[in-house]
Amino acid sequence: MTDFALFDPDAWPGASPPDEAGWEDCITAAHLFAVDPAGLGGISVHARPGPACDAWLAMLRSLLAPGTPFRRMPAHIQDERLLGGIDLAATLRTGELVLERGILAEVDGGVLVIPMAERMEKAVAARVSGVLDRGYVALERDGLTEKSSAVFGVVLLDESEGFDESPPPALLDRLAFHMDLSALRYQDLSAVGEGFDGVRRARQQLGEVHLGEEQTVAICKICGDLAIGSTRAPSFALRAARSSAALDGRNEVTKEDLITASRLVLAPRAQALPEAPAPPPPDPAENPRGDDPQTNQDVSENDTITDILMDATQSAIPKDLLSLLQTRASAPSTGRMGRMGAKQRSPNRGRPIGARQGDLRRGQRLNVCETLRAAAPWQKLRKLEAGRGDELKGLRIHPEDFRITKFQQKRESTIIIVVDASGSAALQRLSEAKGAVELLLGEAYLRRDQVALIAFRDRNADLLLPPTRSLVRAKRNLAGMPAGGGTPLASALQLAHQVSVSERTGGRTPVIILLTDGRANIALSGNANRGEAEKDALTAGGLIRAEGFSAVLIDTAIRAEPFAAKLAQAMGAKHVPLPYADAKGLSAVVRSASRQNKGGVPRGDT
Amino acid sequence: MDGTYPFSAIVGQEEMKQALLVAAVEPTIGGVLIFGDRGTGKSTAVRALATLLPQIEVIANCSYNCAPDTPQGLCQVCTGTGSRKSQKRRVPVVDMPLGVTEDRVIGALNLERALSHGEKSFEPGLLANANRGFLYIDEVNLLEDHLVDLLLDVAATGENVVEREGLSVRHPARFVLVGSGNPEEGDLRPQLLDRFGLSVDVKTPDDLETRIEVVKRRDAYERDPKEFLKKWKRRDQKIRRQIVDASSKLEEVEVPDQVLRLVAQLCVSLGTDGLRGELTVIRAARAVAALEGHSEVEIDHVRQIALPALRHRLRRDPLDEAGSSVRVERAVDELLAP
Repeated sequence: MTDFALFDPDAWPGASPPDEAGWEDCITAAHLFAVDPAGLGGISVHARPGPACDAWLAMLRSLLAPGTPFRRMPAHIQDERLLGGIDLAATLRTGELVLERGILAEVDGGVLVIPMAERMEKAVAARVSGVLDRGYVALERDGLTEKSSAVFGVVLLDESEGFDESPPPALLDRLAFHMDLSALRYQDLSAVGEGFDGVRRARQQLGEVHLGEEQTVAICKICGDLAIGSTRAPSFALRAARSSAALDGRNEVTKEDLITASRLVLAPRAQALPEAPAPPPPDPAENPRGDDPQTNQDVSENDTITDILMDATQSAIPKDLLSLLQTRASAPSTGRMGRMGAKQRSPNRGRPIGARQGDLRRGQRLNVCETLRAAAPWQKLRKLEAGRGDELKGLRIHPEDFRITKFQQKRESTIIIVVDASGSAALQRLSEAKGAVELLLGEAYLRRDQVALIAFRDRNADLLLPPTRSLVRAKRNLAGMPAGGGTPLASALQLAHQVSVSERTGGRTPVIILLTDGRANIALSGNANRGEAEKDALTAGGLIRAEGFSAVLIDTAIRAEPFAAKLAQAMGAKHVPLPYADAKGLSAVVRSASRQNKGGVPRGDT
Repeated sequence: MDGTYPFSAIVGQEEMKQALLVAAVEPTIGGVLIFGDRGTGKSTAVRALATLLPQIEVIANCSYNCAPDTPQGLCQVCTGTGSRKSQKRRVPVVDMPLGVTEDRVIGALNLERALSHGEKSFEPGLLANANRGFLYIDEVNLLEDHLVDLLLDVAATGENVVEREGLSVRHPARFVLVGSGNPEEGDLRPQLLDRFGLSVDVKTPDDLETRIEVVKRRDAYERDPKEFLKKWKRRDQKIRRQIVDASSKLEEVEVPDQVLRLVAQLCVSLGTDGLRGELTVIRAARAVAALEGHSEVEIDHVRQIALPALRHRLRRDPLDEAGSSVRVERAVDELLAP
């Protein structure tokens, strides 16, 4: 679980040399997707905004029939634009209820592009996922009931850069391809493609493409070996294989189609490497379409289709994911998905939760629909009351009709527990910290808190549990934590600071709980030098103080060290000597700390 | 509902299928919560069940699905002087999509009539449509808090009380609540969790054979839905008959004292709160017996349904690695050994 590299912004993303295979894979994926957009769900593209991404999008667009809806949707879209609602202008003009369709209905038959997908709210993702599953939008809003067809493919532009960002996993699961363009430079790009004509022919042929039983079995086996859980993945791979055959003008799915599909659909989803020792990764310059079996030396006459597929798929596993899978011990899989999961929190800040009567003096937001609704029944009466000679047309809105949107404004905390896992007492301390995390999570729902856990030992610090409220996730991630080694206190504080900043950005209040005996001996440089280590730790602590994050240092030393008190002071933390910390005692300290932190902050009205 | 993936073609997931059938036979059980991994066919199963539900007698065009012999006198059809026709329709399954607004859930002023006629009339919401049927919420753990509160209130009383825009309406809203979701997206509020009669955990099948079968059937269905439906029609019909037969027999299924005693022991040993757990186990076991064509509940019926009826009622102990499912299983093995 030493995936510290993921937290290093310089190592992620795209420090690897560009390879053309990546670009060709992305082109292939675009073609397969264009043949069967709704069936394949879509493509997630990890790329910074820039020429590579633009070129790819333009290429994708050129593969679609002229006039195909191709819409961009902001990741923070509100429900009335996403799903639909009242068209106010038309409603007021005609005096009849007029529906305005949302973007999901408008993009029916086309492609929906969602930039900055890593910032997408879980709630929005769930709505889009639901519509993808059903193929229609069921609108039940603002007094309207309407079902409109919405069959479309999705392109997620994943511009994430940090360890804690990724598009919502629920939506990713529904998209066949997860591609990475971030390593590409402009000069790597070359325009390739069948153009729309090829795609159109393939679309006509798609229904005729035949797939054998043993091919289905092979794909399912690969999924099993790579520990890919969702049953959507093999279905997508089979569909992709059909698209690939159709693009090539064939009615039979061949081995090459399966290789293409498996590389593009299954490889990025790998959660584990197969148990048998894997062959050395083949030459990265291997033909990405895999349509020349000669390039793969491992292929012999006797190899089964599954073996061939496995080799090809494994060679296509993205490098960062591969190294993660290789270094991972027996611990249950989180991998890239774990990184994705880190973003699983809903900023409850500012979600509209209904409307109530109110006045607009305090800068509140008027809810126009609800206001109209309130005013509507009185219109006839008010017009009569206004009497003769009043030519004023339109609606008569009185102040008592005003409705303001109620927003959910909750003050959430994220409790970041930082545990010293070094040295002899580590195991004990670690298991107590685990216990405390689970106790806290047990009540987290009611208290609206999230919990994160950082452990530090040896040379670096790991985010063992990204901020979460899910007990299920926590249990999975906490199993099998390593312990022992040096005390890289400064790295731990830096990571805690980093997580705190990102939590605050997300609208939550971080509380740092540091459990240590204060014997820092590994400096930021990785040197085992006590003086340097302590100096670095004090500097890192100063960062936390400078941001004003609340912190508690729980001193677990049997005989108190003066340095712990000094560090607490540098961090602006409360120093609590607790030499025999147990799970219950620990969670009591945490609770009092987070209460103080919340003290005086008014809660929103739900 | 034509073209929906057939219920009988769902591979494995026996616990989920059984729980849904039990809820169809015994609506007072309090509904079903289906929690589990992504891509395991949670919502497919619910939509498939909808096509198998029996017919009920309703007043034609009544928004509240009133039974012909007990009109509630709420809508124009029921209050009007004209003759009322009765009609058979399938038990409604109302989908509550995310993003629904409160006015569409509980019902509100009919905006169209208000705008065009200046008339104040009540437009019934989803709760009215779901009366005597099912209310299905996908991603129930992502539902906004204020809607959850609202649902809890209605589910507890079986009645929807609307006080807004000068309207004052009260109508029956008895429905079977079915929710599904993925626990990794967030936990369910304990109060809502408690409200569900049965709670089912679905997991991705881990044996290769099952997975291959899932993928093959899904593929066959997507390639040619008509042909696929034809192939599974008879098996679906068999389940439909099973539901109808079981519903009509349910009243007559006896629960022997010995079974009552064992269920009580089971609940005491697990420390479940209140009587709700016990009642649910017994009701569910009766439904299982009825589905199997028995006229008396046997220990085996209890054993089959105890886990989904109880696993969400245990006091949560975060330090217990085993989790509540294992605790229930252990107690069942101990007390209800065959």
